[in-house]
Amino acid sequence: MNTLKYQSQAVAKPYFVFALILFVGQILFGLIMGLQYVVGDFLAEAIPFNVARMVHTNLLIVWLLFGFMGAAYYLVPEEAETELYSPKLAIILFWVFAVAGVLTILGYLLVPYSTLAEITLNHLWPTMGREFLEQPTITKLGIVVVCLGFLFNLGMTMLKGRKTAINMIMMTGLIGLAVMFLFSFYNPVNLALDKYFWWFVVHLWVEGVWELIMGAILAFILIKVTGVDREVIEKWLYVIVAMALISGILGTGHHFFWLATPEYWQWVGSIFSALEPLPFFAMVLFAFNMVNRRRREHPNKAATLWALGTAVMAFLGAGVWGFLHTLSPVNFYTHGSQITAAHGHMAFYGAYAMIVMTIISYAMPKIRGIGESNCNKAQVWEMWGFWLMTVAMVFITLFLTGAGVLQVWLQRIPESGEALSFMVTQEKLSIFFWLREVAGVIFLLGLIVYLYSFFVKEKASA
Amino acid sequence: MSEKFTKGMARNIYYGGSMFFILIFLGLTFHTTKEMPKRDHRHNITESVERGKHLWEQNNCIGCHSLIGEGAYFAPELANVYNRRGGEAGFKSFLNGWMNAQPLNIPGRRQMPNFHLTDEEINDLAEFLKWTSEMDVNGWPPNIEG
Repeated sequence: MNTLKYQSQAVAKPYFVFALILFVGQILFGLIMGLQYVVGDFLAEAIPFNVARMVHTNLLIVWLLFGFMGAAYYLVPEEAETELYSPKLAIILFWVFAVAGVLTILGYLLVPYSTLAEITLNHLWPTMGREFLEQPTITKLGIVVVCLGFLFNLGMTMLKGRKTAINMIMMTGLIGLAVMFLFSFYNPVNLALDKYFWWFVVHLWVEGVWELIMGAILAFILIKVTGVDREVIEKWLYVIVAMALISGILGTGHHFFWLATPEYWQWVGSIFSALEPLPFFAMVLFAFNMVNRRRREHPNKAATLWALGTAVMAFLGAGVWGFLHTLSPVNFYTHGSQITAAHGHMAFYGAYAMIVMTIISYAMPKIRGIGESNCNKAQVWEMWGFWLMTVAMVFITLFLTGAGVLQVWLQRIPESGEALSFMVTQEKLSIFFWLREVAGVIFLLGLIVYLYSFFVKEKASA
Repeated sequence: MSEKFTKGMARNIYYGGSMFFILIFLGLTFHTTKEMPKRDHRHNITESVERGKHLWEQNNCIGCHSLIGEGAYFAPELANVYNRRGGEAGFKSFLNGWMNAQPLNIPGRRQMPNFHLTDEEINDLAEFLKWTSEMDVNGWPPNIEG
């Protein structure tokens, strides 16, 4: 049974499958790091912490990018009401990106980082060794090539088809993503300038253009699963992404508090980042409103659950936990503490991991030829996966927050001389780190249950 | 939302509003880069500092440590380590001794790898950390423990 509107939408499948494989890797390395937090010398020789962390964070970024690309290949043709310009190009770029990604990760794991820098000729154009941008320069160039081909393919598809609000916002988000990535090639010797422009990639991705991508995917899913009028949903979408950019662009200022920058950033950053929870709050209202006003009972209940879940969790993780430590007098104490880690975990899971699983949940049954939804039994497994992962992430966040509050209390607030040192403080936090690790194991169980749901079939009735 | 507020108006807010704030952001960035030399004392960047920064990057120090609060939170903050570990009088000899003593191999304790840097390289790294500690970053971190 073929339920795809446009056959070329099927190119999304390898992107989704590979994204989920990388997701598993990300979680396994997360568990290794979590254990290293409390058993410091665990695998210290084979997988030093910095390597585990690079793999954990880079896999996260890459699997989300694969997810976004899959989402774009799925929804842009359907919105444009035309086949994808070149399915072949999409598949070629998939393999280029996948091979480059795997080689880079293997490079991290198999040779010391300085050797990797040497053999990839980092000295010719040093861009490596900065948080999240650790990829060898040649990998970064590969990412640019893949992005250009990807944008060309989508752009041509949109040009020959209908230009809906969802497509336009998806496209501006993806172009923004590519343009901002170019700042990863700028690495001045002056550390202050380096960090200033590093944020153009990091912040303007996750608190800027990625929100456009997320909003577009969410709106697409809500149109499909609720049957609510497109005009209504697109109006909401414009308002939400406008709020996201209006708050997020100057919200970059909250990273310029402690960076050899003028003091006005304390005000600009605090005020605009205080507004950053608003688009996420609007997204919660939007998602629940649309689902309550639905005109059809879509058989894919799991996809609806993911859509509502991502709105709520993004609001909590990005909105509430972000706001907790975003005002400059608070951030003075919390900057670079476990509070940041708590916020990062829930924000990435809620906003981006969950939106990718939302589109996968909706699109995969159609791509696999199963129909509008998986069978009930498979959906029950999928929803168990949803709840296990989501509740585990709530607890990971709470434990890291506990660790962070105690860390600030012991290490940051007392005067010099009375404050505990970093390492002594870390030992005092170990109970929280152990609990976080337990929650991490439950997260992995949830992920296994989620993946298992892809293989569940209804028993043939006798 | 009321019927008076149309999709077209929402679209104009999206394109117009974001363009407006992008321009403000670019303006502030231009002003900030003009002001930064007063605070980042870039005139003190020597070749040794430059080599030190590259060593910092090529060994992925940020994968465990944080620097001015960014990076990993697994190992201590290093933007003020120069002041914490001896300053002008003792930092260089401290760093040399520390780097060469790695890994400490204390069971259960977090391990720092040995990066096999030469004395000259450790000196460059120390110069980079010293330079970093002397930037005016609005008084962060709150105390010497970072």
